[in-house]
Amino acid sequence: MIRAEGVSVTLGAQRPLINVSLTAEPGRVIGIIGPNGSGKTTLVRVLAGVRPPETGQVFLEGQPLTSFSPAARAKRIAYLPQSGSVAWPLRVRELVALGRLPQSADFWRSPLHHPTSQDQAAITKALADAACTNLAERPYPSLSGGEKARALLARALATGAPVVLADEPVAALDPAHQVRILSVLNAQARAGHTVVVVLHDLSLAARFCDHLVLLNAGSVAIAGQCLDVLASPLLETSFGTRFHRNLSGPVPVLVPTHPIEITDDR
Amino acid sequence: MDDKSDATLKAAIEAAAKGADAPARRGPIIKLGGLLALGAAALAAFSLSLFWGALPLPPATVLAGLFGQGEAALIVQEIRLPRAALTLLIGGSLGLSGAALQGLLRNPLAEPGLLGVSSWAALGAVIALYFGFSAEVPVSLPVAALVGAAIPSLALLSLAQRDARTGPLILAGIALSSFGGALTALVLNLAPNPYAISEMVLWLLGSVRDRSFDDLALVLPFIAVGWGLLLSCARDLDALTLGEEAAASLGIRLHWLKARLIVGVCLSVGASVAVAGSIGFIGLVVPHLIRWIAGPSPGAILLPSMIGGALLLTLADLSVRIIPSSGELQLGVVTALIGAPAFIALLWRYRSEA
Repeated sequence: MIRAEGVSVTLGAQRPLINVSLTAEPGRVIGIIGPNGSGKTTLVRVLAGVRPPETGQVFLEGQPLTSFSPAARAKRIAYLPQSGSVAWPLRVRELVALGRLPQSADFWRSPLHHPTSQDQAAITKALADAACTNLAERPYPSLSGGEKARALLARALATGAPVVLADEPVAALDPAHQVRILSVLNAQARAGHTVVVVLHDLSLAARFCDHLVLLNAGSVAIAGQCLDVLASPLLETSFGTRFHRNLSGPVPVLVPTHPIEITDDR
Repeated sequence: MDDKSDATLKAAIEAAAKGADAPARRGPIIKLGGLLALGAAALAAFSLSLFWGALPLPPATVLAGLFGQGEAALIVQEIRLPRAALTLLIGGSLGLSGAALQGLLRNPLAEPGLLGVSSWAALGAVIALYFGFSAEVPVSLPVAALVGAAIPSLALLSLAQRDARTGPLILAGIALSSFGGALTALVLNLAPNPYAISEMVLWLLGSVRDRSFDDLALVLPFIAVGWGLLLSCARDLDALTLGEEAAASLGIRLHWLKARLIVGVCLSVGASVAVAGSIGFIGLVVPHLIRWIAGPSPGAILLPSMIGGALLLTLADLSVRIIPSSGELQLGVVTALIGAPAFIALLWRYRSEA
């Protein structure tokens, strides 16, 4: 369970987030949607605790996030940043083992080189959950884009944190990988985790999210049940485009059709 | 394509992938064995440098001299032992600092001189030579060098506390480094006579010749603390493989990591330059050589890079004594002569991999 209350972020003259509140509960997938530059990434970074907000607060398990030490926070929140750059050609198994760092309190023992049996079990499970078992011994740079995304997801899952935050985990992936990765996150939620995911593809959001938060210019335009948000006229004004929507079928579909002319306002 | 050929293709790809990363695929026992072998080699090189010197001495005499007996006691205890021990410490500092900086900056081309510590330590030493302090009180030269090393360290430390990113750190280090170099050039420019210039330039080239136990005692505490700080960064550097955001989310305190690492590099490298002048390329090349044995993880290469640096510099110092030349070659010249081609080869390898 993670909750943001009246969170604002200031960057010089810009305000990427203005008074944003959000509640993410266990067992649910919360999708954050919105146009480019609407503050999605900033919001996830604030939730992850890597960017303290100027005003407002984030609560984790009912406690202010700032009251957790970085180590305690890392055990409870797994964060998958948008730009997944890996500096050294680690094998996938080693990469995933990095996700176990928060769980090993021992200063001198790294789960990367000397994993405990518990670490081993978590790594094996994360590899299986993210469909990377066959990639375990491969060096990271030799993977394809979709395989890299799965390996990084496995790293985040290996922590076993109750809260999982993923920033555009399926950007630049082919449809099969998009569905595969979002299914993994969805399954995590069904297993009792709190999952927050930033998405650009609204049909995928409709398919995999329980709740949606639509951001526009740093503020929440609308938040609520997935289909309610997607049916709202605010969706079109926020994105500045018309959509072809079919939300009543077994698989909801949203396709952008043509941009809204700004001259309407004049 | 039918199933069978598909499976064959898959197997071939997997086999190719396995072969491609063979150096990284070592078990913990082989890694421990490699570490012990490296340590044994460093120890052997250390002993060899005790037995080898300007004056040929029979091994038995050297052995007796080591324990203060016989005619060789003075030579072995006062000349060869401090030299060999300092070489180990300096080589270790350079190798360890290079590995730690490459991990922190996530850049395989980082090296200990990058933070400007070396050039400012050299500046301090050159100033001590310029004013002739070192002729009156020999210990004033390393002390001045340590003071010089402290200046960029404090500047970088305050920068690292204000800005969590590593990009500005690299830029500031390069700026400080060239500024220190410019000031050193200024001192050389203003040198009163050619003899003073030659003394300064020779010192800048780097050497461990004729160092005493006083030098060793002066720098040992700095180097020991520096090593401790750097070795403590292993886990955090592993996490930093994923980038600063992800490392922070894994509970790593980036400010604290940077502070430890900058202070560790400044103490160990500053102290090294203070007694031996600038010795290049060890810190750059050793971590790369170690990655062949220990794998790519930045935490796992720290300790082996330290031992490897000590080994390589001791070998370089041995070769200085073996290569016949009119005067003894400066150690920094030899490491650069070996290191520069190795560096080019590394660049070539990265280019062909990209």
